[in-house]
Amino acid sequence: MFPDLLLSVCPRLHGRFHELAPHLVPLDYTNQPDIRLPLALIVSMPELKENPFRNRIVEVFSEDGQGNLSFNDFVDMFSALCETAPRELKTIYAFKIYDFNVDNFLCKEDLEKTLNRLTKGELTPEEVNLVCSKAMEEADLDGDSKLSFSDFENMISKAPDFLR
Amino acid sequence: EEEKVGEEKPEVLSPEELEKLKEEVDERKKLISTLRGKPWPMRKKLLTLRESHEFVEKYEGALGKGKSRKLYAYKVMMLKALMGRPYGSMPRKTVPRADEANAMDFAVLWDFGVITNCLFGYAQYSVLFYGYYNSQRAIGWLKFRMPLSYFLVGVGTVAYSYMVVIRTMARNANEDGGGDNNSFNFSWKMFTSWDYLIGNPETADNKFASITTSFKEAILEEQESRKDDNIHLTRFLRVLANFLVLCCLAGSGYLIYFVVRRSQKFALEGLESHSWWERNEVNMVMSLLGMFCPMLFDVISALENYHPRIALQWQLGRIFALFLGNLYTFIIALMDEINLKREEEEVLKLNMTIWEASLYNGTLGVNSTAPPITVHPADIPRGPCWETMVGQEFVRLIVSDTMTTYITLLIGDFLRAVLVRFLNYCWCWDLEAGFPSYSEFDVSGNVLGLIFNQGMIWMGAFYAPCLPALNVLRLHVSMYLQCWAVMCCNVPQERVFKASGSNNFYMAMLLVILFLSTLPAIYTIVTIPPSFDCGPFSGKSRMFDVIQETLESDFPAWFGKVFSYASNPGLVLPFLLLMVLAIYYLQSTSKSYKQANLELKKKLQTVSRTINKVLTLIQHLLYSLCGTCTDIVCSPESKKKGGEHRAHQGKSNHQIPPSATSPPAPRGHRIPGPLPGNQWQPAPSVQRVPNSQRH
Repeated sequence: MFPDLLLSVCPRLHGRFHELAPHLVPLDYTNQPDIRLPLALIVSMPELKENPFRNRIVEVFSEDGQGNLSFNDFVDMFSALCETAPRELKTIYAFKIYDFNVDNFLCKEDLEKTLNRLTKGELTPEEVNLVCSKAMEEADLDGDSKLSFSDFENMISKAPDFLR
Repeated sequence: EEEKVGEEKPEVLSPEELEKLKEEVDERKKLISTLRGKPWPMRKKLLTLRESHEFVEKYEGALGKGKSRKLYAYKVMMLKALMGRPYGSMPRKTVPRADEANAMDFAVLWDFGVITNCLFGYAQYSVLFYGYYNSQRAIGWLKFRMPLSYFLVGVGTVAYSYMVVIRTMARNANEDGGGDNNSFNFSWKMFTSWDYLIGNPETADNKFASITTSFKEAILEEQESRKDDNIHLTRFLRVLANFLVLCCLAGSGYLIYFVVRRSQKFALEGLESHSWWERNEVNMVMSLLGMFCPMLFDVISALENYHPRIALQWQLGRIFALFLGNLYTFIIALMDEINLKREEEEVLKLNMTIWEASLYNGTLGVNSTAPPITVHPADIPRGPCWETMVGQEFVRLIVSDTMTTYITLLIGDFLRAVLVRFLNYCWCWDLEAGFPSYSEFDVSGNVLGLIFNQGMIWMGAFYAPCLPALNVLRLHVSMYLQCWAVMCCNVPQERVFKASGSNNFYMAMLLVILFLSTLPAIYTIVTIPPSFDCGPFSGKSRMFDVIQETLESDFPAWFGKVFSYASNPGLVLPFLLLMVLAIYYLQSTSKSYKQANLELKKKLQTVSRTINKVLTLIQHLLYSLCGTCTDIVCSPESKKKGGEHRAHQGKSNHQIPPSATSPPAPRGHRIPGPLPGNQWQPAPSVQRVPNSQRH
């Protein structure tokens, strides 16, 4: 909401949004048009192109869960991905991104999908199974063989990269 | 205005003399400019060039207008005053007559390689080696204590190296120990390894590959820790493997010793009568052993069946022992040569007194004085300077080591890659997948090579002061060459392990090498008397006498007394004992701290698990309570308000006000999990309030 406010605050970002689909994106929002860009356009951006989780990222920030982003969602997405975004915010979105089946838990299938995207299918199924079981074993604190947000947050907050 | 004996003063000349001098200078200048085209041998050209250049420099200033003449004279005096005599005015800095002929001999230049044999030419008498330095105690009007500074710089670099290595090790150890390193290994690899800032496809590919490698390493480690074996067979095989390795090491040690003895025999007979191989046998044998023995060790280690990281550490340790053995055999041989040179020196000293007497043609008695006879510096017989010889040997070793590395790189990596690539089209089996294939880039081997290179520099730096500078040059060249070779001809290693997580294994090796390399230098400094006519310590009975001398002459008397009390063995030994005890104490306390640390970590884990279980239980309870409550009492609107109200609790920086147009979250769908007070609603809403729940 308030896209015209957002437009005035981050014109460069709107410029990027506009150049993805110049004929669709309006330059002035006084009429509050509801323009959403499809997933395929967003993931073609150079910042997201090489990311193995690009589809999930865009889906997480879209309102309909299908990856169609309005300018608000676009700004949300980049503000969360920004370096200056607070750690807690990033943790929340990371959890959502890795939650492929959108059930608020990271179950084994989510982990397997994550791993396969990370290694581009280079690991054998046994190796994948081993890694996912080990990860689950390490992080699952309440013993329900899936990772809730609290498990995830507990594990991530201790990571050395995060601590620096 | 200090002027030394024999120096020419800028004096007034008559006009005719001035004119003649000017003509002479012009002629010399013309000679310099046309020298390139003259059909003379190189030796003659270079000699002429140097002489003419000196002449022109010396007299051109004197001939100039008034003020430039004064300026020149002042400049020359300044230089001479501060830094001592320039090249060529002292016996030890001049190339002796006999060597003049050889110094620029083309054959000598091309024998082993241009670089190496420059060592035996002009460079021998240059600043590169120990022999250049003058033993005069204080130079110039600044009273620069040259011998003292030489000694202190040598000792200081070693001390500094020790400090740097140990500090790095301590820092690495700190990083290792602080932090929960192993408890979420796989989880962290999975969730935090991707770099979200990557936009370049090549970088992305590299990152994927490195993530895969890291996973494979972790998987392997996990699998290894689950294996269990037949203990007795393993132990027997390991003992056998170690025995074989010891035999290898002994064999290589003996081979080097044998070759070194042979080369000493050749040296006595004169180097010219032998082939190239025989002259460079020692270096060649050492390089070849260095190439083939590690492969042998690799094969033997297949018997041992260790965890890959442990196996890698054993392998590196054995290669380390191999190189160390070789180096020490080399040093023993060097010691023999030093003794030989010292005997030569004794003989020469004897002959010199005879020669000096002959200069006076026996006209004077032994005890009478006479006007000094001017002898060209190049005609004075020179002592065999064993320190320069040591420096030369080290430089030669390093150069041959460098050459071997580059040649192995070019042949073993580049040529191999070329052959594999182009012969593959017309060969019966797949060369790329099968036997030769492309060479792997061996990280640990290369690191070890760097460590040994550094060890050799440490060893030779006292006797060849410019060695570190040469090494910097060599490292730059190596870096670019190996960079190119890796990108062009290498494939990544199949064996995925690092020898140590924090590189402390390599640092420990570096420390040991530092200690072992400085031992020979220290031994020679303390035991062997320096040469009588070369180097900054010439004439003293021991090199460290320079410290004594400085204390006596430069410091007040009480300082010397204090120092002599402090260096009394009765004081030093108890101090050493105290330090040993302190080390023991610190070691045991650090061990106990590590233990306590581990136990605390374990406790923390169990406590946090318990708390989590309790919290989840409470959540379930409250949720079911809330659910029944709202079902009975609340209407849909107040449900939404209640939800938003709860959502505003907790800190956030991103509070975007709720909008009336966005649909409320469907509450009917009961998902077990976090409280509805968080924003964990399946349908995304505008409120992005961060979770305030903490453990």
